[in-house]
Amino acid sequence: MKKSRNLFLYIGGAITIIMTAMIVLGYFWTPYSPTEMNGSAKFQPPSLAHLLGTDNFGRDIFSRVIEGAGTTFFIAVCVVFIGCVVGIVIGSLCGYYGGLPDLILTRVCDSITAFPSFLLALVIVSVAGSGTYNIILALGILFIPSFARIVRGEFARCRDLNYIKSAKLMGAGGFRIMFKHILPNTFPVLFSAITIGFNNAVLSEASMSFLGIGIQPPDASLGSMLSDSQNYLRSAPWYAIGTGLVIALLILGFSLLGEGLQREDRRG
Amino acid sequence: MRKKILAVFLAVALLACSLCGCSGATDKAGTSSDETLNSSGAASNSITVGIAQDLDDSLDPYQMTAAGTREVMFNVFEGLVKPDSDGNYVCAVASDYTVSEDGLVYTFTLRDGVVFHNGAACTADDVLYSFETCAATSVTSAVVTALSGITEIKADGNQIVMTLESANPDFLSYVASAYIVPKDYTDQVTKPVGTGPFKFVSRSVQESIVLERHTDYYGAGAKLDKVTYKIYEDNNALFTALNSGALDLVAHLSIDQVNNLTNGYNVLEGTMNLVQAIYLNHTVAPFDNELVRQALCYAVDVDAMMDLTAEGHGTKVGSSMYPAFGKYFDPEQAEAYPYDTDKAKELLAEAGYANGFEFTIIVPSNYQPHVDTAVVLIEQLKAVGITAHIQQVEWNTWVSDVYGNRNFEATVCGFDASTLNASAMLARWVSDNGKNMINFNNAEYDEVFAAAQSATDEAEQTELYKQCLQLLSDTAANVYLQDLADFVAINPALEGFEFYPLYVIDMSLIGYKS
Repeated sequence: MKKSRNLFLYIGGAITIIMTAMIVLGYFWTPYSPTEMNGSAKFQPPSLAHLLGTDNFGRDIFSRVIEGAGTTFFIAVCVVFIGCVVGIVIGSLCGYYGGLPDLILTRVCDSITAFPSFLLALVIVSVAGSGTYNIILALGILFIPSFARIVRGEFARCRDLNYIKSAKLMGAGGFRIMFKHILPNTFPVLFSAITIGFNNAVLSEASMSFLGIGIQPPDASLGSMLSDSQNYLRSAPWYAIGTGLVIALLILGFSLLGEGLQREDRRG
Repeated sequence: MRKKILAVFLAVALLACSLCGCSGATDKAGTSSDETLNSSGAASNSITVGIAQDLDDSLDPYQMTAAGTREVMFNVFEGLVKPDSDGNYVCAVASDYTVSEDGLVYTFTLRDGVVFHNGAACTADDVLYSFETCAATSVTSAVVTALSGITEIKADGNQIVMTLESANPDFLSYVASAYIVPKDYTDQVTKPVGTGPFKFVSRSVQESIVLERHTDYYGAGAKLDKVTYKIYEDNNALFTALNSGALDLVAHLSIDQVNNLTNGYNVLEGTMNLVQAIYLNHTVAPFDNELVRQALCYAVDVDAMMDLTAEGHGTKVGSSMYPAFGKYFDPEQAEAYPYDTDKAKELLAEAGYANGFEFTIIVPSNYQPHVDTAVVLIEQLKAVGITAHIQQVEWNTWVSDVYGNRNFEATVCGFDASTLNASAMLARWVSDNGKNMINFNNAEYDEVFAAAQSATDEAEQTELYKQCLQLLSDTAANVYLQDLADFVAINPALEGFEFYPLYVIDMSLIGYKS
């Protein structure tokens, strides 16, 4: 039987590759300096010289969007990385061994989830101060419980299956069973959690910078740009539209890619 | 499958939109403005004014702290004298005053026929009571200090004689702050009573304040019968109401709001009456070095900054004095450090910072003009090798950390004057002053300022205050920038608006064109 083409995978992959390429390029080169101001070129509408127009200081929005997407992307990747690694460690230990430590750690995770996540991030940032690394830390901590819970569930399901029992009979140690035998089986679930987590991280960073506690000016991030642009919604709508579009594309690409990979996986 | 792609895309787009739509105001411009203009016309002889904050500190004349409250209550209360739009003191509750030659005895003649808003006639007893109560309860410490310098105050018929411990040429400005209230009237907090051209009618919390013309006012009085202040704590809502024509007058608009205004209102430009600067902490290296501070002054291009942030509006200042204080303000000082990056680099090299340095500018995040200014300035400083970072903090954090604990390297903010005299701007830089946020420590300055305070001759005092200003400029105490532009939008049917050198709007001058 001829397989139908996996459109999710292709479209999502294409968007993600293009966005990633732009972000990587942005680290080395942008059409204009993202902070260079030009008093005579304020609020230029999109043109060939300025693909997405210019902002209230005459800065090139396209250059800033590339830089901002890079900042946002970096934060999102770090946040997911922290959440994922710590989450896997906690989740696998809890799920495999169970008992009192499991009970305690699960309750701690539950209590973190019980707080409105944003409030908690605000508290961390206001205590530790704002800045890129504090945001990564704040959001990273918030992202741990969701990963831990997923991994714990998978481990708890797998530990009583026959292939684990036989591995135990063969004399395999706990860590070998956990990370060699069970962990790979959690990948399909984990992968979709990562794509969803990444999207949430992008939006969380955007919202925090939108509220003015994230990235400090003049550095650009997608959230801080969106926040700045709202003052000029009437006079310079391209500012908000261009920035919003990049956020939309970044998330869309990852969502589609995640969905596509899951379908591919289901088909074997 | 296509539907699903579309659905995902829409969901994502919605999320992005909801983020940026949080405070996006709806645009009702241009549709109803013409009708509203006519309907609120001269027949009713009343206007509606939009303000950005409720008067929730206190309505009591001696307990008011917020500038926004003083702005409104200026129309309700008067002292023996009151400031006019040129910054001079004119007689109000007093009809005349004389000062003895040594500057120690002030004799005020109580005006005949002054009537309080509650109908009672104003007597010398009321004046004595007001001065006592003000000196005992006022929350403005400068006023308390000045009034405690009165050794004797007595009434002789309609003459009120005050004897001072030592001469104080600024004394009148404090007399103007001692609002005259009826004796033993205890309801000032909820129903304030004064002698001003407007009487207080009602306040509805978070909604409105209503003032009405004081018909028994001794002078020409107000032209309008009624002024309603509508409170819009959300800036976008305030602007939308203004643009729809629902408000007749709104002050303190930004240049962006003025550019977006489409209802044909007249826009008047004044200044905010404050001194915006990069205030530098003199106890933190490298700002303890005068050469470094001067280098910073040469390295910033204030004109370019004003072009970028406010399309060139605003007035450059070169010391701790804003232009409305014509008596002290010297426009020359604003040119003391012209934009010159070579000179800046030279000075930095001389100070031992040839390769520049790094520092952090703390900015209160609720004041967008200050944030914008900082963003432009750090871009300019790059040209001389100085790397500055911005740290935005909430207003309360700024007040406690920067202003209170002096825990900062540099900050961009504005200082204004609470009373209309030079010492309100200059006293804070005396080395042991509690408000000396920048830890300015200059023996010569302390000496000249003390001499100015005790000078009895006004011309001599003015000269000494000018010396203080020159010292601030010469030592580059701060990187002085500008007095920000302040825009007022007013219904074209109205006339008479005047800018004051204080943060007040005198409603009695405003009226409909005949």
